[in-house]
Amino acid sequence: MTVLTLPAQPGQNTEPAHLPWQRMVWVTWRQHRSMLIGVTAVLAAVSIFLLIAGLKVHHDYSALINCRPASSDACATKNSSFNNADWTMGNTILILMNLAPVLLGIFTGPAVLARELETGTFRYAWTQGIGRVRWTIAKLTLLAVVITILAWAFSQLFAWFFDPFLGFEGMNDLAKTVFDTRGIDFAAWTLVAFTIGALLGMLIRRIIPAMAATLGVYLGLDLLTWLVLRQDYPVAIDTTNAGLFNGPSTPNSPWILKTWTIGNTPWWRYIPVSRFWPMQLIESGWLLVLAIALGAATVWLVRRRAA
Amino acid sequence: MNVIETADLGKRYGKAWALRDCTLAIPEGRLAALVGPNGAGKSTLMNMAVGLTLPSTGTVTLLGGMSATAPAMLQDIAFMAQDAPLYKNLSVADMLHLTKNLNWRFDHARAKARLVDLGIPLKKKAGKLSGGQQAQVALTLALARRPRLLVLDEPLAALDPLARQDFMGTVMTAMADDGVSVLLSSHALADLERVADFVVVLGGGELRIAGDTDELLAEHRLLTGPASEADRLAGLLSPIQVKRAEAQAHLLVRTGGPASAPVPPGWEAHPVSLEELVLAYLRPTGIGSSSASFPRTELTEVTR
Repeated sequence: MTVLTLPAQPGQNTEPAHLPWQRMVWVTWRQHRSMLIGVTAVLAAVSIFLLIAGLKVHHDYSALINCRPASSDACATKNSSFNNADWTMGNTILILMNLAPVLLGIFTGPAVLARELETGTFRYAWTQGIGRVRWTIAKLTLLAVVITILAWAFSQLFAWFFDPFLGFEGMNDLAKTVFDTRGIDFAAWTLVAFTIGALLGMLIRRIIPAMAATLGVYLGLDLLTWLVLRQDYPVAIDTTNAGLFNGPSTPNSPWILKTWTIGNTPWWRYIPVSRFWPMQLIESGWLLVLAIALGAATVWLVRRRAA
Repeated sequence: MNVIETADLGKRYGKAWALRDCTLAIPEGRLAALVGPNGAGKSTLMNMAVGLTLPSTGTVTLLGGMSATAPAMLQDIAFMAQDAPLYKNLSVADMLHLTKNLNWRFDHARAKARLVDLGIPLKKKAGKLSGGQQAQVALTLALARRPRLLVLDEPLAALDPLARQDFMGTVMTAMADDGVSVLLSSHALADLERVADFVVVLGGGELRIAGDTDELLAEHRLLTGPASEADRLAGLLSPIQVKRAEAQAHLLVRTGGPASAPVPPGWEAHPVSLEELVLAYLRPTGIGSSSASFPRTELTEVTR
């Protein structure tokens, strides 16, 4: 007589099919905490500097605009000091601020996957019970959220620091170098830099080349946006009212896109500063969609990876 | 039940086949040795078995028919890759905690106790441990997941003889205590000769032979006789390998079929060792063999 015994089925235990996501919070923190602490420390140090410098800039600015009588020598000195010393510092920091998203991106994104591939630890990580797809989604999402929030908070401090300079020639909320650093745009660009880095880290599989490639791709996208895309956001207004464009540069000066004439009538196409938030939402919106697409491509590559 | 089954399994990188036309079945409860020189396709086969690599052709299933790429699969198999990759900057205790968080089943207490028994300091960074200790940590992590199948890619390569013995001791204990099935690859057969009850021989990206060790040994024998008759006999018996030394010739033959015939007069039959058998399949010089020019340099790996 034969006794049939059923073989144990794989996964015979009463375990749900998937591990809870919370487990990945500890994993991500433990594996990336040096990077996260490093980024936070650098941002904190720069923030302290911005705070101190910002207090001086705000103090100088308020002394300047409250100076009476405005034509006095004392006021002229204050004016010259603000226009030179303060502005030199403000402008330098503005330029660095324009590079900050990509710097944040290249020091955080490429290593997430390229380090695993470079050291061979992906063979450990991707054969654990959680599975490599969930491992990748969890890590990328958690890191992206943390880095984006840090970038947003940092950009708010910078925006406060830079406020007094907004009346300068060509410097207002819509100026090319200023727009990126305010509102939610800075955070969105940082998120995109991170996801470009993660994808290139997966594609190139080596950290340093992936960092270089991330810089290149980011600058290309940034230039494309500056020179081509941003002026075509559907917020521009056409007008024949020449009065809008006279007078000195102020924080409210519009961004003039082009002028032309029909018959003898001059026409202007411009974007008023009041359209700042619609423009921010448009730009951050497509950057967010791009970031999600890049993240999805990275996960797809991890799933498909054949080596 | 078979723990691993492949059918026409192949992997191609560009134009080169790392493994091709591999059909094999490894039964449950075995310590299966995957042997062959470097570049034979051992790692490729293992990576496909654990879902790290997708096959170019054919299929591989595990534990009685589950797809190697099914996510649930990873709860029942544990893989230890070549060179025991650990996060070098994490402490041993962190590696335990990490692995616990990445898996449903994880016997934390037992893993910890085992590492303490082995004298491996839990606070030490994984990267600061010796090669033998790193291998033991990786093995402990794999076993603590209580897998049904343990896949070990060249785990002994970087270890000294004492560490090899310790490592294999741990593997054998896990098999006895928990009924784990093991697939272990090595280019050094000597470590496995006494413990492997199933062998899979790969050479040049092809499966040369696979089977139960005892059955294979019983099916093969070495015939020794005068060199002058070697060609005639080889024609009759289709030997796996023919070796000539002065006046004598040695023919390694598989019984069943023509070779079951009685030993011809003037010839003696001897049982073969596992090492002789594996080498014969890796360096077949039998009549009609197409692989007579198996590279000699690769063989030094196998012969130690």
